[in-house]
Amino acid sequence: MMKIAMYQARDVARSRWIAAYALFFFASAEALIRFNGGDARAVLSLSSIVLYLVPLVTVVFGTVYVYGSREFTELLLAQPVSRRSLFGGLYVGLTAPLTAALVAGLALPFVLHGVHGQTAMLAALIGAGVALTMTFTAIAFCIAMWCDDRLRGLALAIAVWMVAAILYDGVILTIVAAFADYPVERSILVLTLANPIDLARVSLLLQLDISALMGYTGAVFQQFLGSAIGTAVAAAALALWIAAPVSIGLRAFRRRDF
Amino acid sequence: MITASGLWKRFDGVEVLRGLDVDIVPGRVTAIVGPNGAGKTTFIKSILGLTRPDQGVLLFDGAPITDCVAYRRRIGYMPQIARFPENLTGLELLAFLRELRHSDVSDERLIDELDLRDELPKKLRVMSGGTRQKVNAVAAFLFAPELLILDEPTSGLDPVAAGILKRRMHAERLDGRTVILTSHVLSEVEELADDVVFLCDGRVRFAGALDSLKHETGQLTLERSLATLMTREAAA
Repeated sequence: MMKIAMYQARDVARSRWIAAYALFFFASAEALIRFNGGDARAVLSLSSIVLYLVPLVTVVFGTVYVYGSREFTELLLAQPVSRRSLFGGLYVGLTAPLTAALVAGLALPFVLHGVHGQTAMLAALIGAGVALTMTFTAIAFCIAMWCDDRLRGLALAIAVWMVAAILYDGVILTIVAAFADYPVERSILVLTLANPIDLARVSLLLQLDISALMGYTGAVFQQFLGSAIGTAVAAAALALWIAAPVSIGLRAFRRRDF
Repeated sequence: MITASGLWKRFDGVEVLRGLDVDIVPGRVTAIVGPNGAGKTTFIKSILGLTRPDQGVLLFDGAPITDCVAYRRRIGYMPQIARFPENLTGLELLAFLRELRHSDVSDERLIDELDLRDELPKKLRVMSGGTRQKVNAVAAFLFAPELLILDEPTSGLDPVAAGILKRRMHAERLDGRTVILTSHVLSEVEELADDVVFLCDGRVRFAGALDSLKHETGQLTLERSLATLMTREAAA
């Protein structure tokens, strides 16, 4: 499995898109540090970028890549390897370069400028970005396994991102506004757990102690669970959001006819 | 070497294989021919375990291939479409396959015959379609497998390269290896094949030696023999 991951990662890492992806985060972080000295606001601004962009890029890049390597996957399947290790290798080989680009792009400007004030916060941001990368590449695999047509698969990938990143918050706000007179906090809590991007945002905000400042769901989390338990719950739910699509993708990969 | 009995496969309601019985004899070149959609590629993919038949048994040297991995070490596969990771070099691709197969064998004759030495260090992205198809062929022959499965091997190759590949196939057969190939180029089949399996609508219409096919239909060429078979079928 690791051999497959290694060669696959080598191919992905040499893609120009990965370089552009890393460069984008590098430039954003660099600019924010220059403008306001890399304080909490810089990390907060970065986190908005990460929370929207990482899911979009990973799910779209992942879907395109899996479709693009379909013929080669067939050749690999004709070699003496099990489908389980092939899937694992392809998944790790796709996720690792995306993760590396994200981590390098975000952390490098802070290291270069010697800004250490926000290390815990930055670590939390990187952790959330990595978790989102793992979730959305796994979703990309699921889409590519489930949908034979490339164009429909790509549309589905973008739709998944739209729902998770944009529509979902709108729905939550609508619910909150519509049921303003009722105690809906617990339902909102459950709704938050059901969306990986919201989860990542909440677990970030819990680190900041300003959760009330950004988003309704963050405040609810803070209020009901407190920082420590809230973080643990959010982390566990994020882990589930990685494990579930990975195992669904693996199952589909093992049963599929190529 | 390969025995298929009663293979059925349905894709989205279309029956691609309908009770296929084929026996591939070791040490011979077997050509699988038939019109588009006859089930040639599905049959090949079933042998490789890429596609799982709904019903029927596939034996490789007497052992069923269901969910077995090791037998593929003995097979070299050349798919119809050569698409590889674009940012790897040809050498990296071959090294990758070697590591996957845990193979020390390296039959590099085809690399020299196809004059690929200078191309292999380049990235696959910059190679022409024909060169990629040559790399595809090299990858199938490299580990000296007992069974070669070649899906439309000469499509996309220039006549010189196609000729080289055909000579290589012939040489492999003389070395006692088994070759399964599909082709639409019937002259090529006539040149190379010992046995012919003619598929139509997911069933075997003829299986046996090329000579006996011609004898049975009373025709001199494969093309005319197949035409006779199809006319007979239509009349019946």
